[in-house]
Parts: sequence; C-alpha cells; structure tokens
Amino acid sequence: MMTMMRQQQYVLRTVEERAVRLIRLWFTDVNGQLKSFAITPAELETAFTEGMHFDGSSIDGFSRVQECDVLARPDASTFELLPFGPEAEHSARMFCDIENVEGTPFAGDPRYVLKRNLARARQLGFTFMVAPEMEFFYFAEGDPTKPLKPLDSGSYFDLTLADVASDLRRRTIGMLEAMSIPVEYSFHEDSPSQHEIDLRYTDALEMADTVMTFRLLVREIALERGVYATFMPKPLAGVQGSGMHTHMSLFHGDTNVFHDVETGGLSQPARQFIAGLLVHAREICAVTNQLVNSYKRLAPGSEAPPYVTWAHNNRSALIRVPVTKKDKPSSTRIEYRAPDPACNPYLAFSVILAAGLRGITEGYELPEETIANLFELTPTDRAKAGIVPLPVNLSEALDEMERSALVHDALGDHIFEWFLRNKRAEFAEYRAQVTPYELSRYLPSW
Amino acid sequence: MEPLLVYPYPVAADLSQALERAGYRYIGVTDEVDAERKEPDDGWGGAIIMADRSPEEAYKLAVALRKRDYPLEPLLMVLRSEQLNTLELNRDLFDDFVVSPLNHRELEMRLRHQYWRLGRGTRPELVEYGDLVLNLETYQAAIARRPLDLTYMEYELLKFLAQHPGKVFTREALLNRVWGYEYYGGARTVDVHVRRLRAKLGEEHANLIQTVRSVGYRFGQSRWSG
Repeated sequence: MMTMMRQQQYVLRTVEERAVRLIRLWFTDVNGQLKSFAITPAELETAFTEGMHFDGSSIDGFSRVQECDVLARPDASTFELLPFGPEAEHSARMFCDIENVEGTPFAGDPRYVLKRNLARARQLGFTFMVAPEMEFFYFAEGDPTKPLKPLDSGSYFDLTLADVASDLRRRTIGMLEAMSIPVEYSFHEDSPSQHEIDLRYTDALEMADTVMTFRLLVREIALERGVYATFMPKPLAGVQGSGMHTHMSLFHGDTNVFHDVETGGLSQPARQFIAGLLVHAREICAVTNQLVNSYKRLAPGSEAPPYVTWAHNNRSALIRVPVTKKDKPSSTRIEYRAPDPACNPYLAFSVILAAGLRGITEGYELPEETIANLFELTPTDRAKAGIVPLPVNLSEALDEMERSALVHDALGDHIFEWFLRNKRAEFAEYRAQVTPYELSRYLPSW
Repeated sequence: MEPLLVYPYPVAADLSQALERAGYRYIGVTDEVDAERKEPDDGWGGAIIMADRSPEEAYKLAVALRKRDYPLEPLLMVLRSEQLNTLELNRDLFDDFVVSPLNHRELEMRLRHQYWRLGRGTRPELVEYGDLVLNLETYQAAIARRPLDLTYMEYELLKFLAQHPGKVFTREALLNRVWGYEYYGGARTVDVHVRRLRAKLGEEHANLIQTVRSVGYRFGQSRWSG
C-alpha cells in the first residue's frame, strides 16, 4: 500500500516537473486491441484514488447484459513519458486495471486474467519470464482494397543502405529503448519487407504490456513516415507469415527452474512444462492464433509449425529447446512457436502458462523428441509416430477450446464465453465469403 | 525552498554558476527597495551579498535585512581578502563570509552548514555521482544535464544504487531493499530494470552500473579498485 502511494506520488510529481499535458490511460479489450482515453493532470489524483468511470458497453468483450459501467484504475508502476505523437514530450501513458463499480476486478479485463494466472504460478513458487520475437511487415500503404506493395525485396540479414525499412526499424528501436523496452536483436526477415524485433525477457505481465506498447509504436512510427506496418499473421500468400515465437522459462527466486544443475540440460519441471504445452496445444490454439488468417500462416509448407512436436534444434517443431551456453544457466528456456503477433498477449501468456503448469502439477511424461523433418514424413508415418496436427482453421480451434476445462479455467467464464461467441461469428462471416481463389479455380471448369 | 536573495543585480557569473550547480534558486536585487519588491510570498530563503565591489551599498543592504522584525538569515558576505581587516565582526551583520574569487565548493558547503545550524534542511536533496544527479525532492534524475525519463522503480533502483556507490548488492538484496514487497517478476526483475537503466543512461554512462559476476550489481567504482 505504501509503495503504491509513493508510486502515485512519483507520477504526480513527474507530471508536474516535466509539464506533461495529457495522460493517456491504456487498457486492452478481449480481442487484444489497445484502447485509450486521455485525462489532464488535474484529473490524475482522482484517477488514482477513485478510478475513472466509463461505459464499457462500447468495448469488445466488456459488455454485459445489465450493468456496463466500469472503472479504469491506472497502474502507477507503468507510467512512462511517450516519446512520440503530436505533443511530443508532453504526454505520458499508464496501463489500467479495469474494475467493477464496486471496486472488484472486472472479469472481462485481460490484464486481470493474466494477473490471476501469474498469481497461481507464484503460489507454486514460480515467476514466469517470457521473451517474444515480434515479426511484422511494412507496406507502402494499408488500403485493403489495393494489392499490397512491399517496401523492399530484401531477404534475411540483408544490408542495403537505401533501405527505408531499416531506417524505420532503427528509429523504432530507439523509441522502444526510450520507453524501457530493451531489444535483443533486430533483423530483416525472409519475406519481402518483413522484419523481426526480439524483445528481452521480462516477467509475463510486463511483457504483455510491452507487446501492446510495441505494436502501437511500430505502427505509429511507420505512419509518421507514410508507411503501413502490420502484425497480420499472413498478409501475403506464398511467403512466410509473421509469428510471435515466444521464449519462456520459470524462475524460483534467482534460480532458473528449467535448468538442470547436474546434466546442464532441461530439468524435470522443464520437461513436464513442455509436456503440458504439447498435451494442451490444440486447446489453446484459438487463443494464441485467434484470427481466421492465423491458420493460413500455420499451413504446412512454410516455417510455421503445423504439428504438435518438440525438439532440441528442429525448426519445424512446435516447441524448440534452443542451445544455451553452459555457463549461462539463466538462459535455459523453451521456445513456443505457434503464437502470432495478432494475439491478445495477456490471454495468450495466460493459456500458455496454464498448459505448462498443468504438466508440472499433473506430472506429465514428455514424449521423445522429433528429429525427422516433419514435412518429409507421410501422413501414415506421422500417425504411427503419434504426431497430431494443430487445428487447420479457426473453427476447429474453437471446437478444441470449447471442450477445454483448462482454457475455461484459465480465462474465466466471462472471457471464455465471449471469446467463443465472438470468434464463432468471425468464422461464420468468413465462411460466407466467396473468394477470388474459388472463382479462378472453379468458374472456368464448372 | 524559497529562492535566495543575491546582491548586486545583475548577478556575477561565477556566483550564479555556483548556485545553479548546487541546486539553489536565487533572485538578484539592486537595493533594499528592490529586495522588498521582489520578495517571494513566503520570504527569502537566505541572502548572499557581494561586498567586493561596492562595500558601502552592500553593508547598507545587510543592515536593512537584519533590522527586520525577523532578521533575514542565513546571510553570507562575499568580499576580497584585502577587505578582511575592514570586516565589522562586532556587528551581527552576517552569519558567515566567503572570500572572492569564489570557490564553488566552499560557498556550497558554507551555505549548507548555515542551513544545518539554523535547523533548516531546506537545501534541495541531491544525490550526485559524476555526471548523474538525482533530485530527491522532485523525483527527477539527469545525466550530464540530460533529464532521464524513468519509471518509478527505475528511479528508486538508481537512487538506491547511487546512494551506495562502490558497494556490491545481490539481486535478492536489491529486491528486498528497493522493491520491498512480493512482486510478480521475482529476482530477475532486478536484471530487467538494470538493463533498462543502462539503456536510458546511454552507452557512455551504461557502465555506471556494473555486473559483478555470480554476485549481483555495483554502482560506480569500488573503493578498492582503480
């Protein structure tokens, strides 16, 4: 309580000292879209003590039948000056927790869902550390009615001086660092105009906030230069889509629980965590890959993992265990390769954690790793090896999710039900479309 | 704290520099009337009177300030060493004096001592280390005069480290003493914040916070090495 008061004091003083004019209060809807409203410094104290009232019915996933008023209560520990935007140096942001009018946590708030799941991990003595690799595309413009024009045709690790996109990326990284988001690597990806920025690990709550900030920042900076950035999982047919490979580990205090001191390899809990993810991968898929378009990225033939497998160093596996330096036990981790950057990071981290923890608490056995190149195996080979595919489309993923007690429990009634209803509608809408592909394929012959 | 009264106006360059560096606000005045006119609502925080150029006027102002119902204090006189034998030590005209040319550090220490003597801890509380300055009153931090945009916990961590230069802390110790409560991030949170602080300090100053292998972190140089 004292810490909270001092944090709020810090924010109030900084707003005054740095002549901040607007404070943007951020929160996330169930779809994973960032929502924001601005308050003036004069309203800040009230926002801290009483919260800011607003009508939740216009926010996706917030609406309920009877009452729809909710409170946004800013989290002072997330206060940051914004290094971009029209009033540069004069605006700041804070993430908010959403509460019911009577002050209890609002069940439709994704940030609350993640906090609840992290609290469970903590009861078991674990903190959940994550580091996602964010992939995205730059296009000349974002008009969906026109064909997409990549900014360049560079490929992996390409270095060209006249690269607008590199310049954009450099500026983005500068901004990220200014907003307390250190970057691990950044490079040009395989596909034309595709880029990757790897974020340094933090605990999952901070990282979910960071992913929200990251997506906004990348898009804002692109817009500044008249370019369009997108986290859509598969914007171009025939080239790699954008993933959000997520590296993760559990810590107990200062110790990496995934590191086995004796063998130097994976510990028992790490193996059980992987087993948990494998068992529940199909159930959590609708959350980690929530768009109709997500499943185009996961189609076989690209680098994205369509099968539920794990391996030490096999890039076609769903879970990869990267080689780590012997003298750096803290870097022992696993990489979950299904998620895409259009997910709701609060919900995605929640279900991933829940699946992994289930493996530990239930003592799941880890199957053999898959060394073969999965794309070269015949369906019969795969069946014999017990290799199952991820859902092939959103509809199948939703069926899996609906049957999952684990996902239901991790998300809570409110979000579980709203998510299924909303996504079912999204798929139904998609299914009713007649696509250019169908016309060109069928019209001539039928 | 309230600004210091400084005589004469315009304020001599070396004095203004010394006061700015020490973090004091001040207002220059030309005479007694001007001093009254410019006086802040809550009164002056003290006075520095340069008697090295026009001693007559300077003393006159000092007398006026000390003859008030509540004599203005602390009052520092600045004079040349040749003037020392003219010092009127038998009159309560000032609390201390400094000989010009000014020594910045001396002026600052004398002011600070006067405030201590008066029981007024009104000097802005600054933590300084090399180019780094933290103002504990306003929660602001700056490196080489560039303001740092820090989150609350970044500020608290930097403050704690800068207050204990040269000392090595484990992650657990930092977590207990800076965060002081159960936190989602656990001990690894310390690493995350150190990394961010280094990024914000900039390449040139990132090594202010040093990693001590398999122990933790240390701010600045150890007293025992180089």
